[in-house]
Amino acid sequence: MSPGVPLVELGTLGFDAGAHVILNLALRSLESGNALAVRGAHPELAPHLTAWCRREGHRCRVVPADAEPRGVVAYLERATTASVRSNGAVRAGRADPDIADAIVAVPSADWGLAARGALVEPGGPTPPFRLDRRDELWTDRAPAFYRQSAASQWDPDGAVGWSEPVRNAPVIEAAVVQVMTFLIENEVVALVVPARFLGQIHPHFREIQQQLAVIAADEARHIDVFTRRATLAGNDLALSTVGGRMSLQTLLDEPDFAIASFLLSVMGEGTFISLLGFLEAHAPDPLTRRIAHLTRNDEARHVAFAMAHLERHATIDTALRARLARAVDRRHRELQSTAGLNDEVFDSLVLLAAGTPEPEAIRAGWNRVQALQHEMREARQGRLARLGFTTAEADTIASLHTRNFM
Amino acid sequence: MTTRPFTLGAVAYDPKVVTIWEGFADWFARHGFAFDYVLFSGYEAQVEAHLAGSVDVTWDSPLAWVRTRRLAAAAGREARSIAMRDTDQDLTSVVLVRHDSDLRVPSELVGRTVATGAIDSPQATLLPLAHLAREGLEPGVDFDVRRFDVMVTKHGDHIGGERDAATALVAGEVDAACLIDGNQLLFAKDGSIPVDAVRTLTRTAPYDHCTMTVLDGSDGATIDRFVELLLSMSFADPQVRPLLELEGLREWRPGRTHGYDQLEAAVDRLRFYGPDGSITASGYPR
Repeated sequence: MSPGVPLVELGTLGFDAGAHVILNLALRSLESGNALAVRGAHPELAPHLTAWCRREGHRCRVVPADAEPRGVVAYLERATTASVRSNGAVRAGRADPDIADAIVAVPSADWGLAARGALVEPGGPTPPFRLDRRDELWTDRAPAFYRQSAASQWDPDGAVGWSEPVRNAPVIEAAVVQVMTFLIENEVVALVVPARFLGQIHPHFREIQQQLAVIAADEARHIDVFTRRATLAGNDLALSTVGGRMSLQTLLDEPDFAIASFLLSVMGEGTFISLLGFLEAHAPDPLTRRIAHLTRNDEARHVAFAMAHLERHATIDTALRARLARAVDRRHRELQSTAGLNDEVFDSLVLLAAGTPEPEAIRAGWNRVQALQHEMREARQGRLARLGFTTAEADTIASLHTRNFM
Repeated sequence: MTTRPFTLGAVAYDPKVVTIWEGFADWFARHGFAFDYVLFSGYEAQVEAHLAGSVDVTWDSPLAWVRTRRLAAAAGREARSIAMRDTDQDLTSVVLVRHDSDLRVPSELVGRTVATGAIDSPQATLLPLAHLAREGLEPGVDFDVRRFDVMVTKHGDHIGGERDAATALVAGEVDAACLIDGNQLLFAKDGSIPVDAVRTLTRTAPYDHCTMTVLDGSDGATIDRFVELLLSMSFADPQVRPLLELEGLREWRPGRTHGYDQLEAAVDRLRFYGPDGSITASGYPR
């Protein structure tokens, strides 16, 4: 064996048990043009080494048996093509979003499914992720939102006392079932819309994808608990109206991520925070109030996330606010001919706030629902102001929001 | 009059064949070379189409090379190997037995059962069986052959037959199994052959595998350009590297034919083709 030639000792390890792993490590640190010696006692080491080197492009010179005093079986030279994968490879941003330039303005399409921060071999497929612009998607708070969302997950079985007896009067229970039926179809759209955008977002914006995935999981859980609550007393679900579904359809049809986030989360889910707060205060049984409490916390996170990326987007793109306002106006006109919130839901809310179908109780319930609608509108105005709309603009846009709440 | 682009014949043994040749066709087009390809369901049809002038070059299995050469010679013509993969040169096939087998030398296979690949697999049937025949063991006479006929007429390009043979050996259904050396490593890696489950009873001499074949009478300048372009494909080029990886090579090399001598002899010994390229193997579908 030539002096200075590194020796790789394989012992009895063969290529049927991973000998190539040790050789690859040794070859990686070998300078091009230099050789390394291989020694080992596996009975088929030489022919297997030959076959492996042929496939990998390495040069292999098998030493005749017993020709080497130190028992070297073969000498290897690394293939000139061994490290070409890293030629021209680029770092796809950085994994840690807090590092400067970690999140690039427009990630390359051929980074595709690679992890952000990976060293990406050039070439390969270019999956069509339509949403690939940082300014449309990103918020520096996304990682924190995701962490908070992941930490706030709750188990529908453990978090809700399903075994608690529910003994509402039939008319009150029917009102609960009607409201739950309404909530479920709203949660379905709140599940489908982010889930659809999730598959269109470039994976470079990892935390945005993760946050949308958790939002989808939240909504799936809400659909579960609302359904379980509605059917808890053995009732079928109640009425779903055309007007309600038409209002939701406009959210489903919206292809623009910013507008969809605005309509669904800022306007719709924002309004739902008030509605769920109302149910937390006025639902007739602790179980329903508990469900309202849990789902309201989730919805509040969804609204905060949408506000964060839209606030950033609106700062960068000064035309965004006008587009959002036009979208609300367009949706208002599309829904003008529809009935808005169906009477059954409205009346059910009055009944729940009344607690009993007695005249004075109904009067009180009615006033509470009026107060709810006032609160919803004020909250919308407040969120619109945070997005930079003037007071007059916020008043107008808030008043045009669908009467169907979501 | 329009002239067709330089047209290659290849056998569709796997869906990836379309990806490979679509990709190479794009690459040739980017280099200003008019190229097209035709896929055949099997090598016999491809060889016959080549002789009939339907294609200009064929991406041949070693067995297809032997038949093309013989058919051409019988017609007073000449076949030429113009290029092959680096991984086509100096392969060996092995006859494996279980590690705990009592078999120590090939002659002890008398009365035993040997698993092979498909009837038309050079690497997993013809070459190892001829190798055993040279050791004095006549297949089907001195030992039983259990053939795993997967995708017959595709000359063993589909490795399913070899995998079935290896699996039968590991399961104790046969006494020995024939496969190409590279697939022994592949099957070890994917777990088809467990660690220390087998050992090599005997190994063939080195031989060559696939080749780009042309016949005399083709346009020499076009062929030269085709070969020049093939040999220029660089594994460092990210555009062509995925195609080279799919096709299983790091670089194209100039063709050579001395690596087919062993298969020519095996074809004669096992009477697979006649000297004129006629199909003489019994039980072979065409």
